[in-house]
Amino acid sequence: MDTFIQQIINGLVLGSVYALVALGYTMVYGIINLINFAHGEVLMVGALTSWTVVVALAGLGLPGWLMLLISLIAAIVVCSVLNYSIEKIAYRPLRNAPRLAPLITAMGMSLLLQTLAMIIWEPTYKSYPILLPSEPYNIGGAVINNVQIMILVVTAITLTGLMYLVNKTKLGRAMRATAENPRVAGLMGVRPDTVISATFVIGAALAALAGVMYAANYGSVQHTMGFLPGLKAFTAAVFGGIGNLAGAMVGGVLLGLIESLGAGYIGVLTGGVLGSHYQDIFAFIVLILVLTLRPQGLLGERVADRA
Amino acid sequence: MKANKLIQYLSIGIGLLILPLIAQQFGNAWVRIIDIALLYVLLALGLNIVVGYAGLLDLGYVAFYAVGAYMFGLLASPQLTDTFPAIAAMFPGGLHTPWWVVIPLGAVLAGLAGMILGAPTLKLRGDYLAIVTLGFGEIVRVFMNNLDAPVNITNGPKGIAQIDDISMFGVHFGKTQELFGMEFPKVTNYYYLFLALVLIGILVCYRLERSRIGRAWMAIREDEIAAKAMGINTRNLKLLAFGMGATFGGVSGAMFATFQGFISPESFSLQESVMIVAMVVLGGIGHLPGVIVGALLLSALPEVLRYVAGPLQQMTGGRLDASILRQLLIALAMIGIMLSRPRGLWPAPEHGKAAPMAATSAPK
Repeated sequence: MDTFIQQIINGLVLGSVYALVALGYTMVYGIINLINFAHGEVLMVGALTSWTVVVALAGLGLPGWLMLLISLIAAIVVCSVLNYSIEKIAYRPLRNAPRLAPLITAMGMSLLLQTLAMIIWEPTYKSYPILLPSEPYNIGGAVINNVQIMILVVTAITLTGLMYLVNKTKLGRAMRATAENPRVAGLMGVRPDTVISATFVIGAALAALAGVMYAANYGSVQHTMGFLPGLKAFTAAVFGGIGNLAGAMVGGVLLGLIESLGAGYIGVLTGGVLGSHYQDIFAFIVLILVLTLRPQGLLGERVADRA
Repeated sequence: MKANKLIQYLSIGIGLLILPLIAQQFGNAWVRIIDIALLYVLLALGLNIVVGYAGLLDLGYVAFYAVGAYMFGLLASPQLTDTFPAIAAMFPGGLHTPWWVVIPLGAVLAGLAGMILGAPTLKLRGDYLAIVTLGFGEIVRVFMNNLDAPVNITNGPKGIAQIDDISMFGVHFGKTQELFGMEFPKVTNYYYLFLALVLIGILVCYRLERSRIGRAWMAIREDEIAAKAMGINTRNLKLLAFGMGATFGGVSGAMFATFQGFISPESFSLQESVMIVAMVVLGGIGHLPGVIVGALLLSALPEVLRYVAGPLQQMTGGRLDASILRQLLIALAMIGIMLSRPRGLWPAPEHGKAAPMAATSAPK
């Protein structure tokens, strides 16, 4: 039983990170129908920026939470500027190009960011310092530490804030209108370009947040760290129904749960034949099943009708 | 005109035949680069069937490459005989399956894998398909990485080594051959084999493109519902596209295994799939010469530059080493070429094919 609770906690923490990243994918996809392959790399840049700031501040004797906060703000600023520029340079000129063209630039951008990060930060693993008190709390035999609690709380607050932003504010209305139909939204006085830029900036901020929390939780950063979470988060977005914000959140959390429960129990279920290193394929097996049975995703309404 | 064309083809043919003989004067490494480039051409031709003709975005293509490679690796190396004493007892001289069994088997197996992947994804379109195929590629890689326990089949991340060279009609490709006083080292022998395969591949694609099947694929690509209404069996044809494309991947994989003599899951990462998609799209999607140019450009150019880039590496104090520089160049090429020529370097001549918006709103 305590394994079960432990895996639920791990799954929720992992799922929170996926959900934050998945939101970035799903917002961009909802508005310009582009799989932003470079999104996982934004997470990586956020984590590495935060690491740089934390290491630079290490000598000043500031409390851990303050350092974490400062580095988080730095990461959000850097990632927002980065994602804004990526959209402007690599995606905007291709808005009306054949469908595969922006996808290829996105893949190129992902490779470019990874390579640049490798040059700037060198390809070694760097350990991310422990900034919050790490004594775990005990819940029914399972343990949870401060970083994990922080991840759950921050994610919940962020998601609530985002829902408010999208559903209640003027910018949110403009975003939804642009997603529905950019040209008509333009006629109604919305500037699609501004809205799209805003979407990329919000997505980048969420990814930076996810990156910092991911680094704080797993304790190490490296230039390839964005790839797998990015891929899983996209899976989560598709799982929940791409283009749908609530879907991305639900998909992310569910995927995290499925992964950690699967990894926790596969050894027992198969009598030790398959081990927890098969964790990474659960996401994809679930994805294939869901899409076969319910191609629009869990909460999606329409199937993307484009080849 | 006709004679002109003949001379043109003849000179290209002779050029291709003597190319490795010239290149090997500068060192076998150059021939090797050309060999790898030819393998990529074969892969790109295969993926072009799926992405270019049928319009199905496949991001897990490298899985079929892996299937072919592991097929060859397992059937022509000490791996299986080491693991299973029963197999060792059956083949006292070691397991050395001849090429005319392994290559067709690799092709068929990869084709079957393609259809198995295709079956559950038939209803999906566009981006959903992309992500599912991507997941499939990852699943295959995870299995290759972990199938060393409880029974050691793939030898996990360590990979399979000591894979046989091909020997065909009494010619052993792995050894240096001599003919008319000329030396033909291993890389040159393989060059001719790969060239032959690429030519066969081009011929198959060329014929497919102009056949009923090819036209049906393109109809599906342009508008699936309309194609269905015209009586095209879209399900079978999509499966066929997956299968055909995968077959190419399987053959190239087998070739890769025998050429390298060593395979490990690392060679079959998602990045490899992305590379092949990039080759097809950069060159000119659905257009054979474009696809070939794209494959040659992305596979060979960074390698060539790598040799030129030695001084740059010294200038930056080793930070920009050859492999990083190669990645950087590929990334910049992918972005740069797409921004300047969104339809590819050498796109298909028919206008409006990839831009349905323009075709409907602007009657000529």
